[in-house]
Amino acid sequence: MMGTAVFYLVAVVGVVSAIAAVSHKNPVVNVLSLVVTLFCIAVSYALLGAEFLAAAQILVYAGAILVLFLFVVMLLGAPEEPPAGERRPFQRAAGLALAGITAAGGVAVLAGIRAAGPAGAAQGTADALGRLLTGPYLFAFEFISVLLLAAMVGALMLVKRKH
Amino acid sequence: MWAEITVSAAKVAVIAGTVLTLVAVMEWVERRGAAFIQDRLGPNRVGPFGLFQPIVDAVKLLFKEDLTPANVSRGLYLLAPMISVSVALLTFIVIPFGAGKDVTVFGVPLGGVEVAPDLGVGVLFLLAIGSLGVYGIVLAGWSSNNKYSLLGGLRSSAQLISYELSMTLAVLGVLLATGSLRLDDVVARQGGQFWFGVVPQWNVVPQIVGCIVFVVAVFAETNRLPFDLAEAETELVAGYHVEYSSMKFAAFLMSEYMNMVTASALIVTLFFGGWTFPGMSRFSGWPLLALSLVAFGIKLAFFLWLFVWVRWSLPRFRYDQLMRLGWKGLLPLATLNLVWVGVAMAMGWIR
Repeated sequence: MMGTAVFYLVAVVGVVSAIAAVSHKNPVVNVLSLVVTLFCIAVSYALLGAEFLAAAQILVYAGAILVLFLFVVMLLGAPEEPPAGERRPFQRAAGLALAGITAAGGVAVLAGIRAAGPAGAAQGTADALGRLLTGPYLFAFEFISVLLLAAMVGALMLVKRKH
Repeated sequence: MWAEITVSAAKVAVIAGTVLTLVAVMEWVERRGAAFIQDRLGPNRVGPFGLFQPIVDAVKLLFKEDLTPANVSRGLYLLAPMISVSVALLTFIVIPFGAGKDVTVFGVPLGGVEVAPDLGVGVLFLLAIGSLGVYGIVLAGWSSNNKYSLLGGLRSSAQLISYELSMTLAVLGVLLATGSLRLDDVVARQGGQFWFGVVPQWNVVPQIVGCIVFVVAVFAETNRLPFDLAEAETELVAGYHVEYSSMKFAAFLMSEYMNMVTASALIVTLFFGGWTFPGMSRFSGWPLLALSLVAFGIKLAFFLWLFVWVRWSLPRFRYDQLMRLGWKGLLPLATLNLVWVGVAMAMGWIR
């Protein structure tokens, strides 16, 4: 009962702030709306019993990555975006068509999902996740960390000044 | 059901009340402590030893004009102090302040002197919520539309991101030794047993490096001297809160002191045995609860005093020194500590 009420609250707030994140003119408000969306997603993880995922979501995305986003937006001065000027004639039609295709795909995917209940009490804990990551998924886990390292080195190479 | 809710609500009220009272007491300690260190008297007119000074200060701040400067980004300007205070208050719900496992109140088990004893990811929750605190400062800096504020906010966010890493790595060492994310388990593992019969098995003994890294990092996280570059009066006027007045300004002040209390409570819990004390196996029930609260209070008081002591003894870092210390000093040390804990546990030197 309580859980359902909280779910509807975070669902509505999450979607509204997601819309604000892409539509508001002020870049700082965009970033903050994204923070609120991520926070709502974390709450829904917690409602599903995945408490570790919820904490990690806030810690990594809301607490670290988006702070960096905000940092960059503030450093660059964050001018309010002027309303878009000249439009290409086919822009609106193409946008609508793409949105329609995406929506159809989304509906198709959603229709195929069985309604999943909350994870069992033992499935979403840090302990269970840790066992999965260092057991059956060890290779994938290490592989992704190497991939992230490679991406970081690549970014450094791209911005390095030649002397 | 209602009895449980009542007990939880009472715990929230008592803990939040204690913390907010501590904020007022710390304001007095800070001013008297500063005076003591600088060889002067400090506020001593209001009440015995000037003890009622915080109350007078609060009344003064309440009645000051609540000014909103022109050209601020109004919504965010209002939101920033709220974020700071809410984040500071939220972090307390997972800290165990005392023993309470076998205590019942009107037939309802107390389950420890903490608001959320059943949260399995206690430490992570604390770090996650704590990492949101930077938004309060950054938004205050940005929305004030003032170059000093903005510089303060930028400095602060860079500092918090840099030191959060070392802090988390230092916490990881403790979690590795405990094998659990619950602060209850962290405390329980440190209590009741002794090395050579005299040295309590606190985490600080095998992980002294981790402890030092953690203490330095939380000083940076709370924006206290020698890390208060975000407000550096001599260069930034007052940094991120220069445009705030009245209770909005007081909100930032309060959240700074609450963060200090959280930080001290965390140092005690993670490295100095939490509420455990020698000879505690002889007590149980209410006496154990009372004594554990006293033990926690004494340890907490020491680290709160450490914050004041350091503030009035050390000069401020320069920005490049701050970054060098964070990335080239603390981060390698914290990593080294983590490796050491892992090796020591694998070899069976610490259980």
